[in-house]
Amino acid sequence: MNERSLFKTIVISIISLWFLIFVFVPNILVFAVSFLERHENNFVTFSFTLENYQRIFTSVYFTVFAESFRLAFISMLICLLVGYPFAYRLARLKGRVKHILFMLIIIPFWTSSLIRTYAIMIVLKTNGLLNKTLLATGIISEPLELLYTGTAVTIGMVYSLLPFMILPLYASIEKLDKVYIEAAGDLGANKIQTFIKVIIPLTMPGIIAGCILVFLPSFCLFYIPDLMGGAKELLIGNLIKNQFLSARDWPFGSAVSVVLSCIMAVLLLVYYKSTKLVQKSGERGGI
Amino acid sequence: MKQNSPVIELTNITKSFGENTILKNLNLSISDGEFVTLLGPSGCGKTTILRLIAGFEQPDEGRILLAGSDITDQPSNKRHVNTVFQSYALFPHMTVFENVAFGLNMDKMSKSEIKAQVNDALRMVKMSDYADRKPSQLSGGQQQRVAIARAVVKKPRILLLDEPLSALDFKLRKQMQVELKQLQRRLGITFIFVTHDQEEALSMSDRVIVMEEGVIQQSGTPKQVYEQPANLFVARFVGEINVLDTVVEKHTDNGFACKIEGFSCEIHSKKRPAEGSKVSILLRPEDLRVEELAKAEKPEAGSIFGRVEETTYKGATLESIIVLPSGKKLLASEFFDEEYEEFDYKLGQDVAISWVDGWEVVLVNE
Repeated sequence: MNERSLFKTIVISIISLWFLIFVFVPNILVFAVSFLERHENNFVTFSFTLENYQRIFTSVYFTVFAESFRLAFISMLICLLVGYPFAYRLARLKGRVKHILFMLIIIPFWTSSLIRTYAIMIVLKTNGLLNKTLLATGIISEPLELLYTGTAVTIGMVYSLLPFMILPLYASIEKLDKVYIEAAGDLGANKIQTFIKVIIPLTMPGIIAGCILVFLPSFCLFYIPDLMGGAKELLIGNLIKNQFLSARDWPFGSAVSVVLSCIMAVLLLVYYKSTKLVQKSGERGGI
Repeated sequence: MKQNSPVIELTNITKSFGENTILKNLNLSISDGEFVTLLGPSGCGKTTILRLIAGFEQPDEGRILLAGSDITDQPSNKRHVNTVFQSYALFPHMTVFENVAFGLNMDKMSKSEIKAQVNDALRMVKMSDYADRKPSQLSGGQQQRVAIARAVVKKPRILLLDEPLSALDFKLRKQMQVELKQLQRRLGITFIFVTHDQEEALSMSDRVIVMEEGVIQQSGTPKQVYEQPANLFVARFVGEINVLDTVVEKHTDNGFACKIEGFSCEIHSKKRPAEGSKVSILLRPEDLRVEELAKAEKPEAGSIFGRVEETTYKGATLESIIVLPSGKKLLASEFFDEEYEEFDYKLGQDVAISWVDGWEVVLVNE
């Protein structure tokens, strides 16, 4: 065996082992536990049941799923509406301003998102920075109740996930050749028509990627609803966390995890298919 | 008369990008139905003129008039001018049909009307069979045709073509040159064609405008530009040319006498620059006559002679580089003819050079 293939084998083995131990085995365990029954002292008893899955589809938990979807969707939409213009400007900028703006997106990644969540809580608090500023400038007469509301959770989600929307959008807008915009104008399209008919379709891969990257994690960031929503709203992430840590119902928590994983898998599949489709129509031959 | 009314006028146009002045006080007027070519090396401002007319750039100074009305401040989507882009810029997410229909959709035309016009346009460029394809499924030449159809279907006053043939291979380029010319004649639309290929410019246009560094050097028919270049830049840029610098010695009955590379010559020319003025004698390679001299033969007094340094077979012609005793090199290009099929010069062969009187161009150097 020569050096190169030995190196290859070792590297691949390490990665494979890592995946086996930390991804595959835990997931199999979760999957297995989801079919077992709960036990007061030993967490689980080894008897097969589908009851955990039946419970998910009762109305209480269905509401949790629906609510989580709603929040994820709204967060995604706000991220897209805020992120697109920003990414568009960023892609068209040159030189120093661009670098500075880029740094502003990247820097938050250097801090734990939990700490950042506490940071934005300080801003939104009843006697926090935002309320103090608004009161001082006379825009409002009494402090806004922002923290521990659904709005706060949405703000927290958007705040944490916005960079995941901007970066893929930036990448696809950057690639967009300016000549298509000129061609659209040349053929009589005004700015809005050009945006809808040409710019959006041609940056669709970035839009889809950004949406997926915001939509999926927003299910799992359980500490944001916990901290900012005051644990008033129950979302999938919190539900799972509670089953494991508070209710000590591992089988049910596992069942919810499995369902969530399945939903994500379906969404990823949709994403994969749609980018394939966009790429196929986006390929340029000839020159 | 239709020919005389200008469809587009650029008056005193100045355009800079940062520190770089691309166009300086440029005036240009183009008649309705003309096929005009802007010819020049890259960076001479020819594409900038096109982009100003299309509305992609705004001039710093000056006005642009389209059929008499000022369009300087109009955005590109309001101008009755369409562009065929160098990269074609076909929308990759639309089919050929949708691409051609795009402009008509923007005009809020009825669906049936759009269908009819798009099909007409596609038939005109022989692309009807490809209406449902995506641009990525077409060859370069086919994309080119779609790009032309997409632009002409809007029935513009002017069609702007920005080096549209540069991405095509030689044979296809030749074919498209002919087709574009026929299309222009059929449609009667004014074509403004930008190229750096002088042969393309000469073979296609009614009028060639030669540019250098944002200034129009000459504007004339292809024949005028080739045979009577206005200055050394035009002469050198349009085709190959031999430039012989000399000084007018004295006027004669038919022209003037001068010394060319040490040989005394009489130039028969209507132009009679003042005695003592510096002039350039310009000779196209195909206008030179080359005659072989026998070994010991003394060349006639008054003729120019030199030695063959290099010959290049070009298919239809033979090109030879001839070195004069002064060291000056001349390029001669001769056609093969039937009687003399095997003709070729030996390297080192002594030759005499002459040309038909009056075929040379005399430029007075300032």
